[in-house]
Amino acid sequence: MNEQTPISNDWAQNQHQNTRHLAYWTLGWLVTTAAAAFGPRKIWDFATVPTMLAVAVNLGVGFGMIVAIRRHLRGLDELHRKIFLDAAALSMGVGLVVGLAYELFEDIKLISYQPEISHIVMLMSVTFMVGMISGHRKYQ
Amino acid sequence: MKNRLKVLRAERDWTQAHLAAELQVSRQTVNAIEKGKFDPSLPLAFKAARLFNLTIEDIFEGGNQ
Repeated sequence: MNEQTPISNDWAQNQHQNTRHLAYWTLGWLVTTAAAAFGPRKIWDFATVPTMLAVAVNLGVGFGMIVAIRRHLRGLDELHRKIFLDAAALSMGVGLVVGLAYELFEDIKLISYQPEISHIVMLMSVTFMVGMISGHRKYQ
Repeated sequence: MKNRLKVLRAERDWTQAHLAAELQVSRQTVNAIEKGKFDPSLPLAFKAARLFNLTIEDIFEGGNQ
Protein backbone atom coordinates (compact mmCIF):
# COMPACT_ATOMS: atom_id res chain seq x y z
CA MET A 1 0.00 0.00 0.00
CA ASN A 2 1.47 3.32 -1.04
CA GLU A 3 1.25 6.34 1.17
CA GLN A 4 -0.58 9.37 -0.07
CA THR A 5 2.04 11.94 -0.81
CA PRO A 6 1.26 15.63 -0.76
CA ILE A 7 1.18 16.80 -4.35
CA SER A 8 1.18 20.13 -6.03
CA ASN A 9 -2.27 21.47 -6.71
CA ASP A 10 -1.18 24.25 -9.05
CA TRP A 11 -3.58 23.09 -11.71
CA ALA A 12 -6.64 23.54 -9.48
CA GLN A 13 -5.37 26.89 -8.22
CA ASN A 14 -4.82 28.09 -11.80
CA GLN A 15 -8.33 26.98 -12.70
CA HIS A 16 -9.82 28.90 -9.76
CA GLN A 17 -7.77 31.95 -10.73
CA ASN A 18 -8.94 31.73 -14.36
CA THR A 19 -12.55 31.43 -13.22
CA ARG A 20 -12.14 34.44 -10.91
CA HIS A 21 -10.56 36.49 -13.73
CA LEU A 22 -13.39 35.53 -16.06
CA ALA A 23 -15.94 36.66 -13.45
CA TYR A 24 -14.17 40.02 -13.08
CA TRP A 25 -13.99 40.58 -16.84
CA THR A 26 -17.64 39.58 -17.29
CA LEU A 27 -18.71 41.93 -14.52
CA GLY A 28 -16.59 44.70 -16.06
CA TRP A 29 -18.14 44.09 -19.45
CA LEU A 30 -21.67 44.25 -17.98
CA VAL A 31 -20.89 47.51 -16.18
CA THR A 32 -19.32 49.13 -19.26
CA THR A 33 -22.23 47.92 -21.42
CA ALA A 34 -24.66 49.53 -19.00
CA ALA A 35 -22.56 52.73 -19.04
CA ALA A 36 -22.53 52.81 -22.85
CA ALA A 37 -26.28 52.10 -23.02
CA PHE A 38 -27.60 54.39 -20.30
CA GLY A 39 -24.84 56.98 -19.89
CA PRO A 40 -25.70 59.00 -23.04
CA ARG A 41 -29.38 59.23 -22.06
CA LYS A 42 -29.18 59.62 -18.32
CA ILE A 43 -25.78 61.16 -17.50
CA TRP A 44 -24.09 63.15 -20.29
CA ASP A 45 -27.01 63.97 -22.59
CA PHE A 46 -25.66 62.32 -25.74
CA ALA A 47 -22.40 64.31 -25.76
CA THR A 48 -20.24 62.70 -28.46
CA VAL A 49 -16.88 62.43 -26.71
CA PRO A 50 -18.04 60.61 -23.55
CA THR A 51 -20.30 58.39 -25.66
CA MET A 52 -17.40 57.39 -27.93
CA LEU A 53 -15.22 56.84 -24.88
CA ALA A 54 -17.87 54.66 -23.24
CA VAL A 55 -18.25 52.57 -26.40
CA ALA A 56 -14.46 52.23 -26.81
CA VAL A 57 -14.07 51.13 -23.18
CA ASN A 58 -16.95 48.71 -23.59
CA LEU A 59 -15.36 47.16 -26.70
CA GLY A 60 -11.94 46.99 -25.01
CA VAL A 61 -13.33 45.27 -21.92
CA GLY A 62 -15.39 42.99 -24.19
CA PHE A 63 -12.25 41.82 -25.98
CA GLY A 64 -10.60 41.34 -22.58
CA MET A 65 -13.52 39.13 -21.61
CA ILE A 66 -13.07 37.08 -24.78
CA VAL A 67 -9.40 36.52 -23.91
CA ALA A 68 -10.42 35.56 -20.36
CA ILE A 69 -12.95 33.05 -21.75
CA ARG A 70 -10.27 31.53 -23.96
CA ARG A 71 -7.84 31.30 -21.04
CA HIS A 72 -10.54 29.77 -18.86
CA LEU A 73 -11.38 27.22 -21.55
CA ARG A 74 -7.74 26.26 -22.05
CA GLY A 75 -7.28 25.85 -18.30
CA LEU A 76 -10.16 23.39 -17.98
CA ASP A 77 -9.50 19.65 -17.94
CA GLU A 78 -10.68 17.70 -20.95
CA LEU A 79 -14.03 16.60 -19.52
CA HIS A 80 -15.00 20.11 -18.46
CA ARG A 81 -13.79 21.51 -21.77
CA LYS A 82 -16.03 19.01 -23.55
CA ILE A 83 -19.02 19.98 -21.37
CA PHE A 84 -18.33 23.68 -21.99
CA LEU A 85 -17.93 23.27 -25.76
CA ASP A 86 -21.02 21.05 -26.06
CA ALA A 87 -23.05 23.68 -24.20
CA ALA A 88 -21.55 26.48 -26.34
CA ALA A 89 -22.37 24.56 -29.55
CA LEU A 90 -25.94 24.00 -28.39
CA SER A 91 -26.29 27.66 -27.45
CA MET A 92 -24.88 28.85 -30.77
CA GLY A 93 -27.11 26.49 -32.76
CA VAL A 94 -30.26 27.50 -30.90
CA GLY A 95 -29.28 31.17 -31.17
CA LEU A 96 -28.74 30.90 -34.92
CA VAL A 97 -31.85 28.88 -35.75
CA VAL A 98 -34.26 30.64 -33.40
CA GLY A 99 -32.67 34.05 -34.05
CA LEU A 100 -33.20 33.82 -37.79
CA ALA A 101 -36.73 32.47 -37.35
CA TYR A 102 -37.48 35.27 -34.86
CA GLU A 103 -36.27 37.88 -37.32
CA LEU A 104 -38.39 36.23 -40.02
CA PHE A 105 -41.49 36.39 -37.82
CA GLU A 106 -41.52 40.15 -38.12
CA ASP A 107 -40.94 40.08 -41.90
CA ILE A 108 -43.87 37.71 -42.45
CA LYS A 109 -46.08 39.59 -39.97
CA LEU A 110 -46.33 36.84 -37.38
CA ILE A 111 -45.31 39.33 -34.72
CA SER A 112 -46.11 43.02 -34.66
CA TYR A 113 -43.05 44.28 -32.76
CA GLN A 114 -39.39 44.74 -33.71
CA PRO A 115 -37.30 41.67 -32.70
CA GLU A 116 -34.76 42.55 -30.02
CA ILE A 117 -31.29 41.04 -30.06
CA SER A 118 -31.39 40.99 -26.25
CA HIS A 119 -34.11 38.30 -26.44
CA ILE A 120 -31.77 36.09 -28.44
CA VAL A 121 -28.90 36.76 -26.01
CA MET A 122 -31.15 35.75 -23.11
CA LEU A 123 -32.26 32.61 -24.95
CA MET A 124 -28.62 31.71 -25.71
CA SER A 125 -27.64 32.30 -22.09
CA VAL A 126 -30.42 30.05 -20.80
CA THR A 127 -29.57 27.40 -23.41
CA PHE A 128 -25.91 27.53 -22.41
CA MET A 129 -26.79 27.09 -18.74
CA VAL A 130 -29.12 24.17 -19.55
CA GLY A 131 -26.32 22.60 -21.62
CA MET A 132 -23.80 23.02 -18.80
CA ILE A 133 -26.15 21.55 -16.19
CA SER A 134 -27.14 18.58 -18.36
CA GLY A 135 -23.47 17.99 -19.26
CA HIS A 136 -22.45 17.92 -15.60
CA ARG A 137 -25.34 15.59 -14.76
CA LYS A 138 -24.42 13.28 -17.63
CA TYR A 139 -20.87 12.77 -16.35
CA GLN A 140 -21.65 12.63 -12.62
CA MET B 1 -14.31 2.09 -22.45
CA LYS B 2 -13.58 -0.30 -19.57
CA ASN B 3 -10.54 0.38 -17.45
CA ARG B 4 -8.74 -0.67 -14.27
CA LEU B 5 -8.25 2.80 -12.82
CA LYS B 6 -10.47 2.16 -9.80
CA VAL B 7 -8.65 -1.08 -8.96
CA LEU B 8 -5.21 0.47 -9.41
CA ARG B 9 -6.23 3.42 -7.30
CA ALA B 10 -7.62 1.17 -4.56
CA GLU B 11 -4.40 -0.91 -4.56
CA ARG B 12 -2.51 2.27 -3.67
CA ASP B 13 -5.18 3.45 -1.25
CA TRP B 14 -5.60 6.67 -3.18
CA THR B 15 -8.74 8.75 -3.18
CA GLN B 16 -10.25 10.02 -6.41
CA ALA B 17 -9.18 13.51 -5.37
CA HIS B 18 -5.57 12.34 -4.98
CA LEU B 19 -5.54 10.64 -8.39
CA ALA B 20 -7.19 13.71 -9.91
CA ALA B 21 -4.47 15.96 -8.50
CA GLU B 22 -1.76 13.60 -9.79
CA LEU B 23 -3.30 13.63 -13.28
CA GLN B 24 -4.10 17.35 -13.07
CA VAL B 25 -7.78 16.87 -13.77
CA SER B 26 -10.89 17.30 -11.65
CA ARG B 27 -12.25 14.61 -9.34
CA GLN B 28 -15.39 14.51 -11.52
CA THR B 29 -13.22 13.60 -14.51
CA VAL B 30 -11.57 10.71 -12.64
CA ASN B 31 -15.00 9.51 -11.52
CA ALA B 32 -16.40 9.69 -15.07
CA ILE B 33 -13.41 7.77 -16.48
CA GLU B 34 -13.62 5.10 -13.77
CA LYS B 35 -17.32 4.60 -14.49
CA GLY B 36 -16.62 4.37 -18.23
CA LYS B 37 -18.75 7.42 -18.96
CA PHE B 38 -15.89 9.42 -20.43
CA ASP B 39 -12.97 8.21 -22.52
CA PRO B 40 -9.73 10.04 -21.75
CA SER B 41 -7.58 11.56 -24.45
CA LEU B 42 -4.36 9.81 -25.47
CA PRO B 43 -2.15 12.27 -23.51
CA LEU B 44 -4.21 11.70 -20.35
CA ALA B 45 -4.12 7.92 -20.86
CA PHE B 46 -0.31 8.13 -21.22
CA LYS B 47 -0.11 10.23 -18.07
CA ALA B 48 -2.12 7.61 -16.15
CA ALA B 49 0.05 4.82 -17.56
CA ARG B 50 3.24 6.62 -16.48
CA LEU B 51 1.79 7.28 -13.04
CA PHE B 52 1.06 3.59 -12.46
CA ASN B 53 4.19 2.37 -14.31
CA LEU B 54 2.05 0.37 -16.69
CA THR B 55 1.20 0.46 -20.37
CA ILE B 56 -2.02 2.02 -21.64
CA GLU B 57 -3.27 -1.44 -22.59
CA ASP B 58 -2.75 -2.59 -19.00
CA ILE B 59 -5.16 0.09 -17.79
CA PHE B 60 -7.61 0.65 -20.63
CA GLU B 61 -9.47 -2.03 -22.48
CA GLY B 62 -10.38 -1.13 -26.04
CA GLY B 63 -13.76 -2.58 -26.85
CA ASN B 64 -15.77 -2.83 -30.05
CA GLN B 65 -18.12 0.01 -29.16
